[in-house]
Amino acid sequence: MSEEIILRVENLTKRFGGVVAVDQVSFEVRRGEFLGLIGPNGSGKTTLINLITGFVKPTSGRILYLNQEITHQPPYRIACMGVARSFQMVRAFHRIPAFKNLIVPLYSPRVKKLGGGKYGERDDIAVDLLDDFGFERDSLVPYKTAGSLPHGYLKRLDLARCMALRPDLLILDELFSGMTMSEVAATLPLIEKFNREGLTIMMVEHRLKELFRVAHRVIVLNFGRKIADGPPKEAMNHEEVQKAYLGTEVEG
Amino acid sequence: MAGPSRYRKERIDRGIKARSDTIYVLSSYREMVYILLPRILPIFFLLIFPLVVGGGYWGKVVFYSCTFALLALSWDLLASVGLVSLGQALFFGVGSYVAGGFNHYLKWPIFLTIPVATIGGAFICSLLLIPVLRLRGVYFSMVTLILPLLFDHLIETLEILGGTHGLLSLTPFPNHWMAVYIAILAVIVCLFGFRRLIHEDYGFVLRGIREDDRVVMAGGINIYWYKTQTIFIAGGIGCLAGALMTHYYQFVGRSAFALDNTILPLAGAVLGGSGNFAGAVLGTFILVPLSEALRALGGLRMALYSLILIGALAILPEGIFHYLERKYHQFERIVSI
Repeated sequence: MSEEIILRVENLTKRFGGVVAVDQVSFEVRRGEFLGLIGPNGSGKTTLINLITGFVKPTSGRILYLNQEITHQPPYRIACMGVARSFQMVRAFHRIPAFKNLIVPLYSPRVKKLGGGKYGERDDIAVDLLDDFGFERDSLVPYKTAGSLPHGYLKRLDLARCMALRPDLLILDELFSGMTMSEVAATLPLIEKFNREGLTIMMVEHRLKELFRVAHRVIVLNFGRKIADGPPKEAMNHEEVQKAYLGTEVEG
Repeated sequence: MAGPSRYRKERIDRGIKARSDTIYVLSSYREMVYILLPRILPIFFLLIFPLVVGGGYWGKVVFYSCTFALLALSWDLLASVGLVSLGQALFFGVGSYVAGGFNHYLKWPIFLTIPVATIGGAFICSLLLIPVLRLRGVYFSMVTLILPLLFDHLIETLEILGGTHGLLSLTPFPNHWMAVYIAILAVIVCLFGFRRLIHEDYGFVLRGIREDDRVVMAGGINIYWYKTQTIFIAGGIGCLAGALMTHYYQFVGRSAFALDNTILPLAGAVLGGSGNFAGAVLGTFILVPLSEALRALGGLRMALYSLILIGALAILPEGIFHYLERKYHQFERIVSI
C-alpha cells in the first residue's frame, strides 16, 4: 500500500426527497488498499457506490479521484478514468454470449488507449480473461448466452467485465451474495491476488467473515452516516457498530 | 403396428463440422452451397424480380416495397440499440422535403439532391432527436410519433415548402429501371451492411445498450454518442427512402409525414421478425404487395389486411424469418422410443 490517495470523498450527502441516504460522509482510500464497506440494510452503501461511480448525482459534497474532481462527471467518463464497479443485482447482456459481454469494456476508449486489443483480437482476449474466472475455454460455457448461465457464473461474469476495463479502483457491490460456498472460495483468492498485484479494492459485503480475512480497513455506515473507520477488529468493537448490528437493549 | 405415441419428432441441428463463431470450415461443395444459398438467393431474387414484373403497375409496387424496406431496415437498426421508433415518417418526410426543396427552389439535379437529402436529412433527424436520447422506452417512442405531426402542421399552417399543395413537377428519374435498381441496390447494401455491423464489436456495443445501458456506461462507453451515431445512420437511410420516393413521384406533399409511412415499415419488421434485418426486408416485401393486391377490395381492404397481420403474428410471433432460419438449420426426423 502506498501513501498516494486514490480516492477522496468529502462531506458527501445525498437526499432522496426527505430521506437522507448518505449523510456528510468523508473518507480516503489509498492506492493498493483493500477497503471494506459494511452496514445494515438500507444504510446507504449502494447509494455511496452509485455516487462515486457517477450513476447518482450528490446533493452536496465532493469526490476526488487521483486529485481530479469527478463529482459531476458522467458514469462512462469515471469508468474510463479507471473506476470499475460491479452491480448488486446481477446485470448482464442476457441475449448475448457470455464472452461477448466483455466486448463492451474492451471497446471503451480507456482500453483502446491502454493498447488492449485491436480489431479481431477482442474475442480472444475476452475468452482468455473469462478462463481465469472459471469459464473454461474448452467448454461451451463462454459461448452460451449470459441469460442461460446460473447466478454464480453471472456474478463472476460481472467481475470479469470489471477487470476487462483494466481498472485502478475496483468497487464491488455484494459480489458474494447468492454465490455458493465453493464459488466464494474460488473467487476470493482471485480478488486477493488482484489486490496483491496493486489493485485498489473497495468492497461492500455482508459476508463479514470472508471480508475481514482480506480487508485492511473497514468503514461502517448506519442510516447514511459513517460510524466507524479502521481495521476490521477495531471497527467492529466500536460501541455504535455493536448497537447498529445487534440492536440496543430494551429499557424498562 | 405401433401407435403414434411410440414415436416422437426429433429436431437435429444441421451443423457444419469444426465451426466456431467466426470461422467456417467448409469441406465440400454441399456445405459451401448450404452457407451461400441463403445469401445469394435474396440478392438474385431482388435483381431478377423487377425484370419479371416489368415496368407497369407492379413495377411501381416493387419500387414502393424497396423504399418501405429501407424504412423497415432503419427501424430495425434503431430497435437493435433499444430505441423503438414510431417516427419512421419523420425520416421519410425530412428526406422527401430536403430533396424536393433543393430540386424545386434551387433546381439542383437529381443526383445531387438524393445524396444531400440522405446526409443532410440524417443531420436534421439527429439534431431533432438528440435532446430526447435520454428518454427510454415508450417516452422516446412518443416523441418520435409526435415529430412528424409537428412538421405536418408547420407546413400546413405556415404555408412553407408549398403548403398544402406540396411541391409539384420535380425532376423524375431518367427511367423506371434506374429508380428501381438504385432502390434495390440501397436495400442490398443496407441489408448486408447492417447484418455485418451488428456482428462486429461495434454491433455488440449497440446490442449491449439495448440489453442494459447502465452496464454499458459502467464499461466506460458513452451510450448517448453511440445512440446518436445509430440515429444518424438510421435517419439517413429513412431520408434516402423519402428522397427516392419524392423523385419517383415527382411530387412531395404533407402525405410524406403520414402515419402510414411509420406503420407499414414497422408492421413489416415485426411480421418478418426484428433483430436480423433480413426479416424486415422479407416482411415489407410481403406486406406492401399484399396491401396493393387487396386494393381491389375497396373498403374491406384494411379489415382483411389487419386480419392477415393479426393472424400472422398469432401463428408466428417470432417473425417469419426467424422461423425460416430455424427450419433451415434443423432437420426433423421421426424416431421410435
